[in-house]
Order: sequence, then C-alpha cells, then structure tokens
Amino acid sequence: MENRNYKGYLYLIPAVVFLGIFLVYPLFDVFIYSFEEGYNFASQTHRGIGFYNYGYVLRDPYFLQALRNTLILVIITVPLSTILALMLSVALSSIPVLKDLFQTIFFLPYVTNTLAVGLVFMIMFRKTPYSDGLMNLLLGVFGMSPVDFIDGPYAAKMFVLCFYTIWIVLPFKILILTSALAGVDEHLYSAARIDGTSKARIFFRITLPMISPMIFYLVITGFIGAFKAYSDAVAIFGINLNSAGMNTIVGYVYDMLYGDSGGYPSYASAAAVLLFIIVLTITVINLLVSRKHVHYS
Amino acid sequence: MNVVFDHVTKKFPGRGKNRHDEVIAVDNFDFEIPDGKLVGLLGPSGCGKSTALNLICGLLTPTSGRIFFEDEDVTSLPPEKRGVGMVFQNYALYPHLTVEQNIIFPLQNLKGKDRLTKEEMKKKADETAALVQIEKLMERKPSELSGGQQQRVAIARALVKLPRVLLLDEPLSNLDARLRLQTREEIRRIQLKTGVTTIFVTHDQEEAMSISDLIVVMKDGAIRQIGRPQDIYDDPDDQFVAQFLGTPPINVFEGRIENGHLCIGDEQVLEWTGGTPAEVNIGIRPEGFIVDENGPFTCDLNSVEVMGRDVSVVCEHKKLISAPRVRAVIDADDSPDKDAQKVRFSLKPHKVLVFDRESGARIRPEQ
Repeated sequence: MENRNYKGYLYLIPAVVFLGIFLVYPLFDVFIYSFEEGYNFASQTHRGIGFYNYGYVLRDPYFLQALRNTLILVIITVPLSTILALMLSVALSSIPVLKDLFQTIFFLPYVTNTLAVGLVFMIMFRKTPYSDGLMNLLLGVFGMSPVDFIDGPYAAKMFVLCFYTIWIVLPFKILILTSALAGVDEHLYSAARIDGTSKARIFFRITLPMISPMIFYLVITGFIGAFKAYSDAVAIFGINLNSAGMNTIVGYVYDMLYGDSGGYPSYASAAAVLLFIIVLTITVINLLVSRKHVHYS
Repeated sequence: MNVVFDHVTKKFPGRGKNRHDEVIAVDNFDFEIPDGKLVGLLGPSGCGKSTALNLICGLLTPTSGRIFFEDEDVTSLPPEKRGVGMVFQNYALYPHLTVEQNIIFPLQNLKGKDRLTKEEMKKKADETAALVQIEKLMERKPSELSGGQQQRVAIARALVKLPRVLLLDEPLSNLDARLRLQTREEIRRIQLKTGVTTIFVTHDQEEAMSISDLIVVMKDGAIRQIGRPQDIYDDPDDQFVAQFLGTPPINVFEGRIENGHLCIGDEQVLEWTGGTPAEVNIGIRPEGFIVDENGPFTCDLNSVEVMGRDVSVVCEHKKLISAPRVRAVIDADDSPDKDAQKVRFSLKPHKVLVFDRESGARIRPEQ
C-alpha cells in the first residue's frame, strides 16, 4: 500500500516541477518584486521594502488611463458579448436547416489569428488621406460625416476596441451555449408546451436556468479574459498604446518591463498584483451572486 | 370527456438511406376512447403507441384523419390549447424548481379570466399534492426524490390544471418491480377518484391488464384488438394478440384439424367441432394443461419449477414453435413425478386457441 503511494507521487513529479518553476515561483516572485523599492535590474539589488511601487503606479496617469480603458472594455464587452452569444445560439438552435453552415461561419473568427483580424479591422476603420475606410463609407450612406476610428476621438477608438473584442470572443461563447442548449432535455419543453407555457416564459423559466452554469462559466472567463486584454489593442492601434491613449493594464505591465519606458520590474509587478486583486474581487463577487441564480443539476 | 380517432394516420418521412420509404407509425386509427375510463395502449416497442399519445396531446399532428375531444375538432389545435395533462416517461420535472413550484407551474400559465391569485394556486397545488400523497415533499427539489415520488409529482403537475384527458407515457418503466406494483394501483386509485379520462402507453401486458378498463393492442401502427383485458386474454382475435398477452406466454404448436380433432404430431389432443381439415397453429395457455395419466397429449419432461402455490412444468415438444420449451402451470398438488421421462396432459378446451397458419387469424370452433 505504501509502495503504491510513493509511486503516485513519482508520477506527479514532472508536472509539479514544471508548474513550480514556471508558474508558482514567478507568482511569488511578482509579489516580492512589487514590494522591493528602488530595484536595480543590473545589480539585482534594492534599497528597501514598502508600498512605494504601488503608490507610484496608482499615481501614474498612464496606469490610470490603462485602468479606465480596461474597466470600460470589461463593463461593455462582457455583458454585451454574452447576451449577443445567447441570442445567436438560441436562434441557431431553433433553425432546422443550414444550422451547421451557420455554426461554421460563426466559429471562423475563433480559428483566425488575432493580429490578422486586428489588421483587417484597422483597414476597415482607419481614415487615411486616400480613403475613409469601409466603415466610414457605410456611415456616409446614412449621411454621417467620416470619423477616424483609429487615430480619432477616444469614444470612436473605444468603440472599435469593444466591437473587435466582442467579435473575437463571440464564437467560443456561441459554441459553448449551443451545446448547452442542445443538452437541455427536450421533454422539458414538451411538458411546458402542453401546460400552455408562453415562449418567453419557457425561455426565462426553463431554458435560462438550465444553461445557467454555462452562462456563469462564460461570464467568469469573460471577465478574466477582458481584464487581460492586450494583444487586441496592439493589433488595432499599434504598439505605442500609451500615445494612442488606448493602453490596457496588461499593456502597462508589458511597457514597464520592455517598452520604451521599460526596465521597471517593480512597477510592472505592482501593476500586475493590482490587476490580480481586481480580478479576484470581481470573481468572488460573481461566485457569491451565482449561488442564488445558478442551478447545477 | 371521450377522445375520438377518426381514420387517423401518421407517417414519418424516411431518413438517410431509407429516405424514400415512409414510416407509417399510426395506421388508420378509428376508435373512440370512452369518457372517464382508464385505457391502455399496449404493444411492442416501435408499434406507434407513443406516437398515438403524442397525437392526442398535440405534440404531433396527424398526416390524415381527425381527432375529436367530445364534439370539438382538436386536430390542428396546438398542445397548449388542448387542455391535456401529460406525464412523460422520464417525468420531465423541472430540475431547478421545487416540487411545489413544479406543480404550480401550469397554473401560472393561465391568463385572462382563468388567472388565479397566489393563494388560489397554492390551495390547488396543496389539494393535488394531497391527492397523490406528496404533501410532505413540497420544498424538495426533484433530484432529492425517489423515482416513485418523482412520478407522483409528475402526475400532480399534470392533474393540477384539471385536464380533460390525462396521458401517461410508459408510466412505470423507470420504477423497480416492487414500486411498479404499488404505483400502478396508485394510478388506478387517482384515476377513479378524479374520474378523468386517462390513456397510458405500455409495452408491459401485465401492467395494461391489471389496471385498464380497456386495452388497445397495437402492432406495426395498426390496432389489432380493442376490448376489456379479460375478454382480450380469453378471446384474442389473432395469434399476435394471444402471444402478446399472458405470462408465462401461450404455447403455440404446429398442428392440424383432422377428423373432428385437433392434432399435434401423431396425437389427437382435443375434439374440435367443424372446420375443414387444415394445417393450423394451436395455442395452449399455460394454465390449460391438466396432468392426466391417460391424457391424449404427451411431452418430454424437462423439469418442474416450484413456485409455491403452483408449479411450472417445463417440457419439450418438437412441434412447439413459440419458445424453446413448453411451459404448463399446474396446481402444486397435481405436480407430476419429477423423474419421469414423459408427462401426459389433457387440455381445457377454452384454453386452447386455434389460428390460421398463414395469416395468424383466429379460427373459432363452430357452435
């Protein structure tokens, strides 16, 4: 019996070692870095321990801009993409023909490279001296004056980023939700119909509770994903996000490490820890809310 | 309220390789289910009995023919307008709602003048729960109930809106043997108490026989026989019905009518009035055998199974075609000698049924 236990641990070693080196150790290290004041990258020394890094980051206008951008992105895209995915999945589930075709079409963005999609978005939305771009052409049809979505006003740029984010996360959500919808026992719908239940009531009282675990899963992962947004912004606005005013928290962390103003691992660590605290708080709130409203069978 | 099938046929289009072959699930149904009766739709798997049930509740619409509730033509009415209650095979309880919420659910759908206040709904739910004896489970979730309790909740949910017809799809198939006995009596009790016309589907002939006022025997989408359980058992119209009803099943032998006798092999087993000489199938119910030293019918004794009150005499006979062995149920006192090689029987005439070899149609003796 003891011999067997010993063997079990042996099999765990490779995973534990790799996870330890590449995941657990850096995690702790980030915490330590974030409290080391005046850290010098070259000499690997620091002056003291304290909250100075946090104070600096929280006063840095670039961080505050990044925080604001990220929060707006999260608040707009997570609910909107989830609701949109839900509506599309319900529509997909209720059409008898061409279902597979539409499912494939909706899934395409998922298997397309983020940066490539970002470039396409840039071309569609950018206003150059030669062309106003596809989007402005469309706006022109409705009699609106052209807007530069890439280098123009903040709201326009935020719109593009949100639009892009929603578009890119939609396929996965649709995939999850259509399979969740397919998993609902058909007899429940039959029973409800025989009892004279209206379509809307069937949706809100049966369908929604039955797929609530999956919706909850998507909301949680959606929040985390949106808080970690970075490559999307780069794909559309280029690498100098600070000057575009479209930086995100992860972008700020990256810039502090490697950007033009880089070489500040302590500030980067402090920003990363702040992000972690925000995500943790939101996730805990989500979990508490879900207890009441999510039904696990 | 009575339910009338007027030449109802339901066809399904074929699929895949067989897409050109239509499947006829219900073939020209034409009969009436009388008011306030408990009716069993009985048949083997795939005979169209569930389709027939779905036609009544409106989840399916017939390909041709009409369905009436009393004088009202409901053929094209959607299920929600028919006022039927249905209990599904898997009960289809809403897993996220409590028992009480499940029972109230249909009441909350009522609109306009039928709309009920919360107190009225609660009162009705409580009454129905009391009827099926689940008052103490109202706060539970379906997953916390046993199969039998879930079944009662499903029945309560179907009954609470006072349906014109109660439909039960294989109501006992998900229960264990003991609970099945109990629940079928329970269904009978509830049906008698409410007086609601009830139609249930089953492939278990014992289930159908035990509680139905009327049995509809189906095969391949067509009705084979309609009648009271005992009548169908005693006087089946064809060999299929005879073989489908009864446990142990009827023993069917190859035989012939000859010189005013039924013959199996070389033996003249029973006198037979009328009928031209013909090759026939002879069915003998297990309880139709009498152990008799001078009996006309000889079998090779295989074993004697003791069942308490009765014994089951298992024999072999080379003319038997319905099963590998002949099974005769005999009173324990008349049990034959276990070690004997042969056993001789005489037969009870009314337990011997004769069928046409080709069509399976019943051949009755001339009076």
